[in-house]
Amino acid sequence: MMLEICGLRKSFAGMEVIRGIDLSVNKGDVVAVLGPSGSGKTTMLRCLNFLERADGGTMTFDGETFDLHAATRHEVARLRRKTAFVFQSYNLFLNKTALQNVTLGLTVSRRMDRERAREIAVRCLEHVGMADRLHSYPSQLSGGQQQRVAIARALATEPEIIFFDEPTSALDPELIGEVLSVMRDLAEEGMTMLIVTHEMEFARSVSNKVMFMEGGLVVESGPSREFFSAPKEPRSREFIRSVLNPKQ
Amino acid sequence: MNERTWNILVESFPRLLGYGIRVTVPLTLISYALAMVIAVIVALIQYADVKGLRKLCRFYVWVIRGTPLLVQLYLVFFGLPSVGITLKAFPAAVLVFGFNEGAYMAETMRGSLESVHHGQMEAGYCVGMNYLQTMWHIVLPQAFRTAFPALGNSLISMVKGTSLAATITVMEMFRQAQVINGRVSESLGLYTEVAIIYLLFCTVLTWLQRWGEKKLNSYGGQKK
Ligand SMILES: Nc1ncnc2c1ncn2[C@@H]1O[C@H](COP(=O)(O)OP(=O)(O)O)[C@@H](O)[C@H]1O
Ligand SMILES: [Mg+2]
Repeated sequence: MMLEICGLRKSFAGMEVIRGIDLSVNKGDVVAVLGPSGSGKTTMLRCLNFLERADGGTMTFDGETFDLHAATRHEVARLRRKTAFVFQSYNLFLNKTALQNVTLGLTVSRRMDRERAREIAVRCLEHVGMADRLHSYPSQLSGGQQQRVAIARALATEPEIIFFDEPTSALDPELIGEVLSVMRDLAEEGMTMLIVTHEMEFARSVSNKVMFMEGGLVVESGPSREFFSAPKEPRSREFIRSVLNPKQ
Repeated sequence: MNERTWNILVESFPRLLGYGIRVTVPLTLISYALAMVIAVIVALIQYADVKGLRKLCRFYVWVIRGTPLLVQLYLVFFGLPSVGITLKAFPAAVLVFGFNEGAYMAETMRGSLESVHHGQMEAGYCVGMNYLQTMWHIVLPQAFRTAFPALGNSLISMVKGTSLAATITVMEMFRQAQVINGRVSESLGLYTEVAIIYLLFCTVLTWLQRWGEKKLNSYGGQKK
């Protein structure tokens, strides 16, 4: 087991939005996190990377257990070194070029020398098909291109797991494909990923595990194949139906 | 214009310009540097919500913005000596101009810092940078970019504001014009000359401001 979450809880202003979540991820797993809007998917991911402080819960990562509420600054820093985050709104550094976006985490926080950082960054940008736009600023790139740079930035620090929060939800429909295809490649290369998405076809074909959330709880989780072919819970069934045939 | 007037003006112009360059310009630049340091510190304290100090910063901005610059100059130069704090005219002027414009620039900087999307900070954390590293490499540069036009305007308004230092005996350009005028009584001509020199300084600064904005625009907005 590479990553194990136990009893994650989080409330905002007295409203409990994560009400006790357990989750385990093996190396190489691609976990699709599904669920209606407002079910707490983003909050859960943000707690795992300490962008939000959970009210309770533990995380075991590489055999080391952290308190998701009370982790120290050093523990947070150590955990963040092993993880990466891809945001719905890309969040590329607006004052940096594509290349600098990728090298910054290497040269500043890992103190790597510029030459080596540049090599790694170029390789990562090639990986996502952005090698021809090294010196473009985010404002000069399309949404799909920005998100691919963001994925390159995530890859550069060699994380053990990448968290994706609806990476294609902000994109125009014609740009979704290029981002999903990059993620599909990563999955095939064995990258461990936790992906919040509404792209059901993508989730079905790429993930090996599904976690279906609603109202801050996990309603159903298990192997993707079973989830999509024979969902156990009525709510899961309903959800799959509503997402696949949104008009009915 | 008769020949006497003309001769006075021709003689006084280089003299005034000299005072402008030797006194007005350094007075402005030193005060502005002080204002910038104050502004960044005061803005960062509020942005980072440093407890205790935040209130102090709000108090400072409130007092400075709510009182006239001229009154502040008089208070520091003529008032403080009665409690044992006696400053020379030039340093007193630098302090007052610096702290005065610093309050306005702090508000500019604070607004610019707050306009940087919080996702920038979070992305910094996620690639392993800490608070200071992210501030330094990401948030501050973006905030400065946003604040640049307003900070430039502050500099321009400060150039003109330094003429008030004449009232606390700093021998800067305007005061020099007053002195010459006391001797020759040529108000219209002399003060016109002074006005032209201020205009000259401000025009150069406006050019620099535009040039700077163009430079900084490389990552600003336009799509390619
Ligand atoms: N910063 C916040 N402050 C207050 N409420 C929040 C905050 N973030 C999320 N919420 C609430 O938590 C619930 C779960 O939100 P979220 O995790 O964004 O759900 P999802 O990503 O599944 O759509 C929602 O009801 C949302 O309004
Ligand atoms: Mg969400």
